[in-house]
Amino acid sequence: MSKSAPTSPLIYQLLSIVGGLAIWFVAAKLTASPLLPGPVQVVGFIREAMISGEMPYHMAMTLGRVAASFVIAMALGLAIGLAMGQSQLTDRIGDPWLIFFLNTPALVIIIMAYVWFGLTEAAAIGAVALNKIPNVAVTVREGARTLDPHLDDLARIYRLSKIERLRQVVLPQLQPFFAAAARSGISLIWKIVLVVELLGRSNGVGFQLYLYFQLFDVTAILGYTLVFVALMIAIEVFMVQPYERYATRWRIRSA
Amino acid sequence: MNVMQRAGASAPLEIRISDKTYAGADGNAVQAVKGLDLSCPGQTCTALVGPSGCGKTTILRIVAGLDAKFSGEVTLADAPIEEARIGFIFQEPTLLPWRTVEDNIRLAAPDLSARALASLLDQAEIADKASRFPGELSLGLARRVSIVRAIAAKPDLLLLDEPFVSLDEATAKTLRMLVARILDDHAVTALLVTHDLREAVELADQIVTLTARPARAKSVRQISTPRAKRTAAFRKKLLGQIDRDAKSR
Repeated sequence: MSKSAPTSPLIYQLLSIVGGLAIWFVAAKLTASPLLPGPVQVVGFIREAMISGEMPYHMAMTLGRVAASFVIAMALGLAIGLAMGQSQLTDRIGDPWLIFFLNTPALVIIIMAYVWFGLTEAAAIGAVALNKIPNVAVTVREGARTLDPHLDDLARIYRLSKIERLRQVVLPQLQPFFAAAARSGISLIWKIVLVVELLGRSNGVGFQLYLYFQLFDVTAILGYTLVFVALMIAIEVFMVQPYERYATRWRIRSA
Repeated sequence: MNVMQRAGASAPLEIRISDKTYAGADGNAVQAVKGLDLSCPGQTCTALVGPSGCGKTTILRIVAGLDAKFSGEVTLADAPIEEARIGFIFQEPTLLPWRTVEDNIRLAAPDLSARALASLLDQAEIADKASRFPGELSLGLARRVSIVRAIAAKPDLLLLDEPFVSLDEATAKTLRMLVARILDDHAVTALLVTHDLREAVELADQIVTLTARPARAKSVRQISTPRAKRTAAFRKKLLGQIDRDAKSR
């Protein structure tokens, strides 16, 4: 009896997606309700919104906010986490605030930012970043606590500048923690950005979803959702994963 | 111009530590070093030998400038040790795993020419490993990289902290020969810390035996015979003499 060739995992993933689409198609046909449009209608909406330029514009606005919030949250979270992981005093002072912000609902921070700073772009981006900073800080703090003291000795012996020490010795050690924070960061940030846009902006995917919700246009809501999720998956596959492979190539080759 | 070029190659390393005390794990004060006064001639290798935990590594960290909390002073060629260029061979290879062998060496010597790098790698017999990551190397090869890194920056002072520990005897012997060759070829002032008197007899020009904690010099013995001429019989005889020296004090 001959052995069958191993099946690629991709086949199962494709089958799963096709199966889901088939179920959606059948369910839409059976219900025949505007509350559950089929895949064909949704794709039709996406095509029209793309051609008119409406979807690319709102996508770009949202992506801009995601990018700005992400960079701010990662930079500040890294600095705070590193300081807290390296200094017991800083950790003791900062820890209650970290716990406070970790447990404050995202919605409260967004509302307070709009109340105190007005319905501005800076308030929107700041509110999103503030929601993510504590998560990044906690993850990086754990990494900073595990920094190898021998490598620090090495940096001191060879008189590396502070910047060089950070770049050559500290950040590479934090890379797995930073990558974990970045990955969870992107998925959290884009969800919060939509809420921020829904509450206080006049453009972006969140604003559009709210608009179509008021019109009970489920086709448009699903259209925006699908394209946005696809975009986020593309960022993960074509940007985050290749970067991670590059940054950890020494581990792969050493294994 | 480095401190040795200013003062002359034979200028000594002076170590004076009147007291080094630190808080132990239980919170009590532990005196690691007391009244240590040593002069290590320039371009020679001095070995500090003593039982495990006697404070050898503490002394080495003070000499390296990694520990400034002590009473006393350390000078090289009459200049504070902070001005000296130091090469350090750690107990573990202590390589940056995300940098290749070449990049690890260039961390200590960014201006090293390609030819000088090739020559050093060749001397350590790792010429074909330049583009490898440390995780791809055996412990013995990683130690070689660590040795090359330490001398690549043309140090005023070479510090060796039990560099052959946890190696099998064959690898340790090969690396001892490499270090001996480096000490002869580069004529650098070196301080070797070891618990193994045989290593000291093979490599050092001056052997300082330390007391148990707090560390003090118990005996000092000069060896004028060149490293290459130290036969097994010579080393055996010397080991016996040092042992008798230590017991008589």
